[in-house]
Amino acid sequence: MTVPYDKTFAQKLLHDMLRIRRMEEKCAELYGAQKIRGFLHLYIGEEACAVGALHALAPGDNIVATYREHGHALVRGVPMDAIMAEMFGKSAGCSRGRGGSMHLFDAATRFYGGNAIVGGGLPLAAGFGLADKLQKRQAVTAVFFGEGAMAEGAFHESMNLAALWQLPVLFCCENNLYAMGTALARSEAQTDLCAKAASYAVPTLKADGMDIVAVHEAMKLAARHVRDGLGPFFLELQTYRFRAHSMFDPELYRDKAEVEEWKTRGPLHTFSARLKAESKLTEEEFLALDARANAEVQASVDFAEAAPWEPVEDLLKDVVTPPSPSIPLPPAGEGSNPPPSPARGRGAGGEGPP
Amino acid sequence: MKMTYREAIRQAMHEALAADPRVFLMGEDVGKYGGTYACSKGFLEEFGPERIRDTPLSELGFVGAGIGAALGGLRPIVEVMTVNFSLLALDQIVNTAAALRHMSGGQFSVPLVLRMATGAGRQLAAQHSHSLENWYAHIPGIRVLAPATIADARGMLGPALADPDPVVIFEHAQLYNLEGELPDDWRCDIATAAVRREGTDVSLITYGGSLPKVLAAAGQLAAEGIAAEVIDLRVLRPLDTETIAASLRKTHKAVVVDEGWRSGSLAAEVMACIVEQCFFDLDAPVARVCSEEVPIPYAKHMEEAALPQVSKIVAAVRQVLGK
Ligand SMILES: Cc1ncc(C[n+]2csc(CCOP(=O)(O)OP(=O)(O)O)c2C)c(N)n1
Ligand SMILES: [Mg+2]
Repeated sequence: MTVPYDKTFAQKLLHDMLRIRRMEEKCAELYGAQKIRGFLHLYIGEEACAVGALHALAPGDNIVATYREHGHALVRGVPMDAIMAEMFGKSAGCSRGRGGSMHLFDAATRFYGGNAIVGGGLPLAAGFGLADKLQKRQAVTAVFFGEGAMAEGAFHESMNLAALWQLPVLFCCENNLYAMGTALARSEAQTDLCAKAASYAVPTLKADGMDIVAVHEAMKLAARHVRDGLGPFFLELQTYRFRAHSMFDPELYRDKAEVEEWKTRGPLHTFSARLKAESKLTEEEFLALDARANAEVQASVDFAEAAPWEPVEDLLKDVVTPPSPSIPLPPAGEGSNPPPSPARGRGAGGEGPP
Repeated sequence: MKMTYREAIRQAMHEALAADPRVFLMGEDVGKYGGTYACSKGFLEEFGPERIRDTPLSELGFVGAGIGAALGGLRPIVEVMTVNFSLLALDQIVNTAAALRHMSGGQFSVPLVLRMATGAGRQLAAQHSHSLENWYAHIPGIRVLAPATIADARGMLGPALADPDPVVIFEHAQLYNLEGELPDDWRCDIATAAVRREGTDVSLITYGGSLPKVLAAAGQLAAEGIAAEVIDLRVLRPLDTETIAASLRKTHKAVVVDEGWRSGSLAAEVMACIVEQCFFDLDAPVARVCSEEVPIPYAKHMEEAALPQVSKIVAAVRQVLGK
C-alpha cells in the first residue's frame, strides 16, 4: 500500500518517531551517567504506536498512559525540555520533579500520566469518558496500556463500565508480547486480545503496530467511532519492545534471535524506506530531520542540566490543595478539567493529514 | 558463611521447597524471569512449573488462589512483587485470609505465606515506594514479619510456613544487597523482638529497612559517649512489648524509627504501648522519626528529605537526651 499522506505529514510522522527514538537513546545514556535514576522504561521499537495514534486525536481529547509514556507525552506536545527536566528530577520538569520517568503529567495537553500501577489508568479513563458524556463534550479519552494489564480486574471492570454506559473511551492496547518476563501465551488463556475485548460488546480492531500508517488509519477510524457517540472502542496495536523491560533486565525470557527478527521490522527504517521509495523523502531530508531531532534532544539536556533543584523546604507542597479564597470552586458542570486548549509546540493535534 | 540477604531468602525458600512437597511458590515473574529481585533464580529449572508458577498480572486473583490452595491442603508461598501492588489484593488478604478462622468459628485456618518487597530509597516515586507494614499490622488474624538481618531472612520462612495461620513477610528492597555473615544458629522464632545492640542511655526501636540506619546512628552516638540500645521489632504483629518494656526499664528514654508515614504509623502504636506499659519508667517524652507526610517524590534530594535518615535519628536522640 502506498503511504496515503502528503510529504509534509508523512515527514512529520517520521520526525516524531525520530524525536522519541533520539530522546530515549539519550535517556539510556544519561541513566548510565546517573543523571536519570529510578526506573526507566524505554519505548524503543514501539514508536509507531504513539505517533500514529496521537496524531489521530484532537487537542480537547484526554490521554491516559502508563509508565512507558515518554513517547506519548512528547508527541502529545509536552515540550522535550519539560520531559527531560522531569527525568533529571528538576522543578522545571512537567511534574515539577516529583514524578520522574514513570509519572509525566501535563494539564495543558490533557496528558493524565504517567500511571505506574499496571491497569491503574483504565478506570480513570472510564471516568473521563463519563465526565465528557455527561457534560456533552465531543471528546475522546484514549487510554494506553500493555497487554499485561488485560489480566488485571481493572481492565475488565473498566471495559464493562465503558460498554454498559456507552462511554467515549478508546482503549489502546500496546501488545508488545511481554509483560516484564512473561510472554502473552504464558499469562493469557485467550491470547486473541480482541476476542477478550469483544466479549464486552465493544467493537475491536487489530493493527500492525510496527507500521505507522496502519496505526494511524486504525486510530482515525476508532476515534471517529468514539467521537460520534457510538461508545467505546478497543484497538490492539501489535508491537515489540527492542530493549529490556526497564533498564535492568537479564532478558532470560526471550531469544536474541526473536529480538533481531523484530528489529528488521523497526518502524523507523521501514517507514523511511517506504517514503524514499515513494519519493516522499530523500536521504538529505532524512538526515536533516534526524539532525533536528538530535539538536532538540541536546537542547533539552542542556536545559535540564541548567535547571535549578527544587528547594527541600517545598517538600510538603502540593500534597493537598492549599485553601485559597482567590481560587473559586469550578462552576457547576465544568469539572476540574482544564479547558480544551491547543496543544503546545510541535506534535499533537489535528485529524491527520492537513 | 558470608552471603547476601537475597541469597538468604533464596536458601530459605529452596529448603522449604525441597523439604515439603506441599510447598510451592507463585507470583509475577518468579519463574522464567528468576524473580523480580532474583530470589528464585534457578527454581523453575529445579522444581518445575507446577511448583514455581508464574502468574499473570492478577494480584487479587493469585493471592486469593493462594488462600484457597492453603485451605485445600497446600503450603503456598505467594510472592507479590511489592507492597504497592499488594493493594490490589488487599480484599482477599483482609476479608478472607485474616478473617476466615474467626468467622468460621475456628473451622478453617489459612496456612499461607505472603512475601513482598517494601520501602523507598531508590527514586521510584509515589507509586513504588510505600511502607505499608502498619496497615497489615493493624489486622487481627495475620502475623506480620520484617526480617532485617541475614539470619532472619534465612530463618523466618520455616516457622512462617509451619504457622497454621497467614503470615505476611516484608522484605525491604534496600536490604536485598545487604551482605553479612550467616551465623550457625540462624534458626529463629517468629514471636520476639531482638536487641541488636546493648546500651543504657536510650532505646532506639525500629524494624526492617530502617535497622541499618538506626545501627549507624547508634554508632555515631557511641562516639559522642551516648550508649543507645537498638531493638529490632522483627515481628510487627503481634508486637513483643515485653522486650520493649525491658529495655525501657533500663534506659528510661525511647526514640522510635519507622519508614511509614507519621500519622497512624507503627511508631505510633509502639509509642502507645510504651505509654501504657512504661509510663512511670520514662524520663522524657518518647520521640519518633518517621517519613514526612508526602507521597514519596522522585528527585533524590527530595526523597532523602522525606525519609528517616541517620542524621535525623541522631538529632532526635540528642533532643530526647536534652543534649
Ligand atoms: C499492579 C502491578 N503489578 C505489577 C507491577 C510491576 N510491573 C510493572 S510493568 C509490568 C509489566 C506490564 O506489562 P504490560 O502491561 O504488557 O506493559 P509493557 O511493560 O509491556 O509495556 C509489571 C509486572 C505493577 N507496576 N503494577
Ligand atoms: Mg507488554
